[in-house]
Amino acid sequence: MTSEKYLMVFPELCTGCRECEIACSLKHDGVVGYQKSRIRVIRDVFEGIEIPVVCMQCIDAPCMNSCRVEAIYVDENGAKIIDYEKCIGCRRCIVVCPLGANFLNPETGKPIKCDLCDGDPVCVKFCSTGAVRYLSPEEINSEELRLASKNYIKALIEREM
Amino acid sequence: MVLNRKLGIIDLNKNKVLVREIPVELRKKHLGGRGLNWYYLYNSIRPDIDPFSPENVLAIGAGLLTGFPALGAGRTQISTKNPMTGGVGDSNMGGAFGPQLRLAGFDHLLIVGKAEKPTYILVKDGGIEIRSAEHLWGLDTHTVQKAIREEVGDDRAESMVIGRAGENLVAFANVMNGIKNAGGRSGTGAVMGSKNLKAIVASGDIDLEVHDPEKLLDYSLEVDRRARNTKWAKTLGRLGTPLLYDVSYTTGFIGTLNWQYNTPGEDGKPLEAENLEKYSVKMVACIGCSVHCRHRVKIREGRYRGVVTEGPEYAAIGAFGTGVGVYDWEFVIKCNEMANRWGVDLISLGTTVAWAFELFQRGFITENDTGGLRLEWGNENAVLDLARMIVERQNIGNVLADGMLKASEKIGKESLYYANQTKGHPNLLTDERGIPSFALGIATSTRGADHLRSRPGIDLFQLPEETLEKIYGHRIVSDFTAYETKGIMVWWHELLYNVVDSLGICKFQTVFNSANSPRFEDYVPLIEYATGIRLTREELMEIGERNYTTERMFNVLNGFSRKDDYPPERYFREETKRGLPFMKGRKLDREKYEMMLEEYYRQHGWDENGVPKKETLERLGIAEPDYSMLEVL
Repeated sequence: MTSEKYLMVFPELCTGCRECEIACSLKHDGVVGYQKSRIRVIRDVFEGIEIPVVCMQCIDAPCMNSCRVEAIYVDENGAKIIDYEKCIGCRRCIVVCPLGANFLNPETGKPIKCDLCDGDPVCVKFCSTGAVRYLSPEEINSEELRLASKNYIKALIEREM
Repeated sequence: MVLNRKLGIIDLNKNKVLVREIPVELRKKHLGGRGLNWYYLYNSIRPDIDPFSPENVLAIGAGLLTGFPALGAGRTQISTKNPMTGGVGDSNMGGAFGPQLRLAGFDHLLIVGKAEKPTYILVKDGGIEIRSAEHLWGLDTHTVQKAIREEVGDDRAESMVIGRAGENLVAFANVMNGIKNAGGRSGTGAVMGSKNLKAIVASGDIDLEVHDPEKLLDYSLEVDRRARNTKWAKTLGRLGTPLLYDVSYTTGFIGTLNWQYNTPGEDGKPLEAENLEKYSVKMVACIGCSVHCRHRVKIREGRYRGVVTEGPEYAAIGAFGTGVGVYDWEFVIKCNEMANRWGVDLISLGTTVAWAFELFQRGFITENDTGGLRLEWGNENAVLDLARMIVERQNIGNVLADGMLKASEKIGKESLYYANQTKGHPNLLTDERGIPSFALGIATSTRGADHLRSRPGIDLFQLPEETLEKIYGHRIVSDFTAYETKGIMVWWHELLYNVVDSLGICKFQTVFNSANSPRFEDYVPLIEYATGIRLTREELMEIGERNYTTERMFNVLNGFSRKDDYPPERYFREETKRGLPFMKGRKLDREKYEMMLEEYYRQHGWDENGVPKKETLERLGIAEPDYSMLEVL
């Protein structure tokens, strides 16, 4: 099944405010605490880095493919959802994620990941600059995406100066 | 729970740490952050204690809402006895330290004593450890934070640190977090230096449980959107505080060549906000803020090539621009970066440097005092070199580093006339002669000359009186050049800013420069959904009043009274020379000022000498200080 919308990040617009993280942990676990967030901002002001990291819901998802107990399924929004009834906490999905966007909940020892909030991601609502967006295929402007990644890489290189 | 974050009491003399609960009843009286800090300090610093003695206490406090995703609620308060005034010393800092302190399990820290050797305090996962900082002493504020992160092994650890200025006990030294978050004003960094304390580090991830997460999320979003969609916040998010400069210099509201003028006029054009764009890489924010008011800037070529930093703010334009007659963004960026690395309050530094330049012009200071440096207006090298001399306490810098009052005793009593200060605390490079409410605010501020205790920025908008009455609940005269009712306006803002400082909310997302921004009643649901504490708008205002009066009492006990509630004498004697018609030729009217001051005292329930009346203290529940709090150690 194809998802109708995609969660995209534009790091060059990220201000490092972490409102997405805070809102995510509040929504999912009712607490403020980054280890409960399904989106996390790599933030290093000394290096000039702000990068939101979140599951991009890969079509051919390594986390899902590698799960031996079939604990990850796709919902109607295209989100890869962890079924904790089945999950045995082997953490293979964390290891194989190419984006590092499957996280460990230290309390349960089990993985946590973005579930797209049933098609209404709270991180997107709290992002004031459009660094995290939920877009339908028509809304995705490939030129904008290309520019975003180009600027982003440029910023990383210039940082070295 | 949010309400289970602890109080840590640390005695650096005895190398001893105590962890205590913070009773909910105390929260209901003072909220947190600034309010609770001053409750603790009022009850632990005796009047005879010197700010640099080990008995002085440094209080760190996260606001009650610090860490939540609304209204820039990520702020931290640092309070102590002020080395420049001997009264209230108090700084409010953005950045990321406060949220991290709460995740490490604490809301407040009280630090007393003096470590034998350079030390840092590590607050981690509910515990507190005192560690050696001998290998960190001498490092600038950026380098030391990076080293600490490495040492602690947590890339989310946040530190508040001092730099060279704090180590050298420069009376206006800062504490710093990140590249540019400053616990500025009031010499908090110098007090840390006097305790041999290089850094306070917060690391950990203890979840903050909230009362009603769902409602908190919905309401946060609503109030956040409202704040960030005001015209003010939108412009701020694009241009940063330099946007204020454009208004200031065109009208005549910015101290120029140490307030000999009130604007540089056309000369100041290069410093317009739009001209900073060319250096701006992106806008960045404090934790929990959707306004993102600061630039990350980079100078790619020329004399200061390679400088990458954050800011500069409006204050830096005054401090290293108009104040000293240099009109060059690159120079302002460079000085801003240096000040942040040294860990020095750039407002106080700039004001002090500008003062020294005028004293040189008038012959109070000569080349003999400066090691040959000619303090001539517009001389970039002279500005940067004098600033460095102050931080390193060389030549005249050693005198100026003690603050304006002490320095004037050595330079000559008459020199104090040219110092723009109140209670010995240097002012921001703004010129309040044309705006009585602003003048009253800087003069009555508990921490000394200061625009962030009460400044009613919206006074300049001359809003319709019905609108003003709706906001303030009193009749307020619309004309910003008027004196009457402005005492009430200032009082209202004092309460508001105290409440937001105690909640950890940023002033830029509150009624300051936009009448449409959130105010008292808008915090009521936030507090309830986050903590379960139900407070009314009136109760919040009363807390603001209680907290502010506690600070006032601290000052009273330390010898302050009406005599200390006046702006610089120059404002009464010399007319402004430049600016638009409503700003030109203005000076303060002494008689009207006295009337305004008395109205302000009346509104507060203080007597004609500015001392809180007995019935006021009783009404607010402020008792005599008991000084027993730290005796448990």
